[in-house]
Amino acid sequence: MGRVEVTLTVNGVRHAIDVDTRMSLLDTVRERLALTGSKKGCDQGQCGACTMLVDGRRVVSCLQLAIAADGREVTTIEGIADRDRLHPVQQAFVDLDGYQCGYCTPGQICSAVAVLQEYSDGWPSAVTAADEPAALDEVEIRERMSGNLCRCGAYAGIVAAVGRAAEA
Amino acid sequence: MTAVGSGRTRLEGHDKVTGAARYAGDVPADGLLHGWPVLATIPRGRITGIDTSAVQAMPGVVAVLHHGNSPRLVEGAGWTDADPNLQLLQDDRIPYAGWPVALVVAETFEQARAAAMALPVKYHAQPWDVTFSAAHPGLYTPDEVNLHQPSETAHGDLDAGLSASAVVLDRTYTTPEEHHNAMEPHAAIAQWVGGRLEVVDSNQGSYAVAQDLAKLFALDLSQVRVRSEHVGGGFGSKATTRPPAVLAAMAATVLCRPVRVVLTRRHMFSLVGYRPPTSQRIRLGAAPDGRLLAYEHLTATQTATTFEYVEPAGVVGKVMYAADALRIGHRVVRLDVPIPKWMRGPGEAPGAFALESAMDELAEKCGIDPIDLRIRNEPAVAPGSGRPFTSRNVVACYLEGAKRFGWYERDPRPGIRREGRWWLGTGMGAATYPGETAPATAAATAEIDGTVTIRITAADIGTGARTALAQIAADALSLPVEWIRMRIADSDFGPAILAGHSFGTASWGLAVDEACKALRARTTGTPTEPITVQVNTAELIQAMGRPERHAFGAQFAEVAVDVLSGEVRVRRLLGVYAIGRVVNPLTARSQLVGGMVWGLSMALHEEAVRDPAFGGHLNANLAGYHYAANADVPDIEVGWVDDPDLANPTGIKGAGEIGIVGVAAAIANAVWHATGIRHRNLPITPARVLATPPEGPRA
Repeated sequence: MGRVEVTLTVNGVRHAIDVDTRMSLLDTVRERLALTGSKKGCDQGQCGACTMLVDGRRVVSCLQLAIAADGREVTTIEGIADRDRLHPVQQAFVDLDGYQCGYCTPGQICSAVAVLQEYSDGWPSAVTAADEPAALDEVEIRERMSGNLCRCGAYAGIVAAVGRAAEA
Repeated sequence: MTAVGSGRTRLEGHDKVTGAARYAGDVPADGLLHGWPVLATIPRGRITGIDTSAVQAMPGVVAVLHHGNSPRLVEGAGWTDADPNLQLLQDDRIPYAGWPVALVVAETFEQARAAAMALPVKYHAQPWDVTFSAAHPGLYTPDEVNLHQPSETAHGDLDAGLSASAVVLDRTYTTPEEHHNAMEPHAAIAQWVGGRLEVVDSNQGSYAVAQDLAKLFALDLSQVRVRSEHVGGGFGSKATTRPPAVLAAMAATVLCRPVRVVLTRRHMFSLVGYRPPTSQRIRLGAAPDGRLLAYEHLTATQTATTFEYVEPAGVVGKVMYAADALRIGHRVVRLDVPIPKWMRGPGEAPGAFALESAMDELAEKCGIDPIDLRIRNEPAVAPGSGRPFTSRNVVACYLEGAKRFGWYERDPRPGIRREGRWWLGTGMGAATYPGETAPATAAATAEIDGTVTIRITAADIGTGARTALAQIAADALSLPVEWIRMRIADSDFGPAILAGHSFGTASWGLAVDEACKALRARTTGTPTEPITVQVNTAELIQAMGRPERHAFGAQFAEVAVDVLSGEVRVRRLLGVYAIGRVVNPLTARSQLVGGMVWGLSMALHEEAVRDPAFGGHLNANLAGYHYAANADVPDIEVGWVDDPDLANPTGIKGAGEIGIVGVAAAIANAVWHATGIRHRNLPITPARVLATPPEGPRA
């Protein structure tokens, strides 16, 4: 199989790595860069556990090949905090118990960070009323976070945590 | 203020939100190899050929293990019963579609996957039967149901009771095949280190997994160590040893290198268990005032040809209601399907859907409020055994729930509330789950810095066990929680019950409490050398016997049914529980809410569909097998009532399973209240709603 060299900037660190062309961004980050915080729940883009930020936008990294991310800026869960200081989303997940097993949590948090940005950029969602600016209420948060499954059923805590982080 | 009873954020919270928490599939190793199971594509027959030469030259391929070359495993391994799912790659028989026929091992994940896809396997297929039906001619009465409980329970004269009844209800309720689908796919890494087989595995009980591996590979238990520090959900699917640990250990033994085996989502649909479909016929006979004269609960379900697991749906009837005559029975048919296993609330979850739906129908027929009907049939003793309950506070749950939900303001008539195209209704159901205790070993070490280290082979699969046990230890030692160091999920810490059956916190908590009290008796203050005390609660629990100790609850639901699209939206859920002492209100609430989300998901979404033509699933992925996503879940409110019960001295009953029980019935009953249509087959999909539209004008 083919191999190719790609350049990825992950959490601010530039890596030039030789990858199997079949490697997903998720597997590249996990297996080659030893950043195992991003999780594989389905490897089919159906669960959101592998969500990362690529050039600031959320992607399911299991569906993106490493070569397609060549030259991009990638932020994983390991890069969300400001060194030892948790991001407000992370802190809210801890304080409001926005998780149980924790396996979907890295993807939830990356997704939530992107939701806050999308919201502040004025992006509507499927439940945003026409001609009205969206308020980031529970209905909006539920809709915007529905690409991230949580089998423990921690959605109530997740919605509360995203809501609190939005106020921070 | 004591630690127990106050909300504490999780000890591992920081690790979980920063990606530092390491799950089994995250563990690195030098020279790591990747194993990929190749699964049978036919449901019954034999392997006639595996052409390993076709893939051996592919890049990175190190080995292809199959029944012709794999190590021989000792038979008999399994938790309480020998588990045929652990006898992997031992012979050429195919018992079900999705059974492992080979393990491809390669240097990288991509190489293993490519070779597994390319491996030619030839089969001789034999006729198969994968289709469950309550009329299946192969149904028989098993001697026992899950966990060696009797299949049949009866007292009184059922026929006499039914014929003396002014009101008789005879209904059949069905639940489909459901899958756990924990977020973390099952994973294991195995390697030999200094003469020991070291395994990091995704499981709910590392000690039992170590026992199984020792047995399978003819090793002394001291030669095996299994750990599972972080587990990405279990719900029963990781309760006992699953194939990845065995396959990884097998390959690591043959190849003398570390091997990781991670299941794909599709693999999980055949290899880790599932809740089997049920068809439950319920007959209730009542006096005009609703008092039960007769109650019959007959369950038909499926199991595999290789193992008789019988979903014990009738067990709810042994606990819930008094009836002059009672008959509970189970029948099962062996099909060419994977082995069903425990799934959250095994028995109670499907059983309560049927019983609590039937009670709602009876209330309608008798013209009695559903809560009043239940209170009228409160038993003085456990109906199944005739023995007293250690505590029974279900009525308090009904009344507290009714008050908080606004139940008594409800107009009982169905199909009269409209909000545009939405029809609105409310419903309720009762919940019960055993609050049992099982033996565990715990060690407490007084360290020279004044802290205390607790060691116990507990598993925190998201329950909050690690934190709850630290709280229990802190109180037993009169120390701040911050001074307790928790070490869990390592088989070297000794035997302990697995995280299942809502056993965990009550059982491990008792052992931790005993260990800390014993340590306190040995030493006070900070020692000059570490002092360790280890206890095992087996004798203590033996002396406690097996009393009728149960948690209870009341579930309330408000739904809106769109009769144009058939969509059912749950607008509100409330659960009020009697679960003994609540150690950590923050995490206990999350567990109960999570269980209720499962109940909602069971009511409306979940169904694994098997194709009789090829014997496998049509929807073995998370798009086809939908479970509740964030936008499916409404406001959920949880409360609990006082429920003192020191039959376990910790007072804990467990919160892991009761949250799911009764929710599907509460929702189905609310759908009836909204539309006037009874849905007795789960899930209540738009197609089913549209197939039986409510009468009256459409919006």
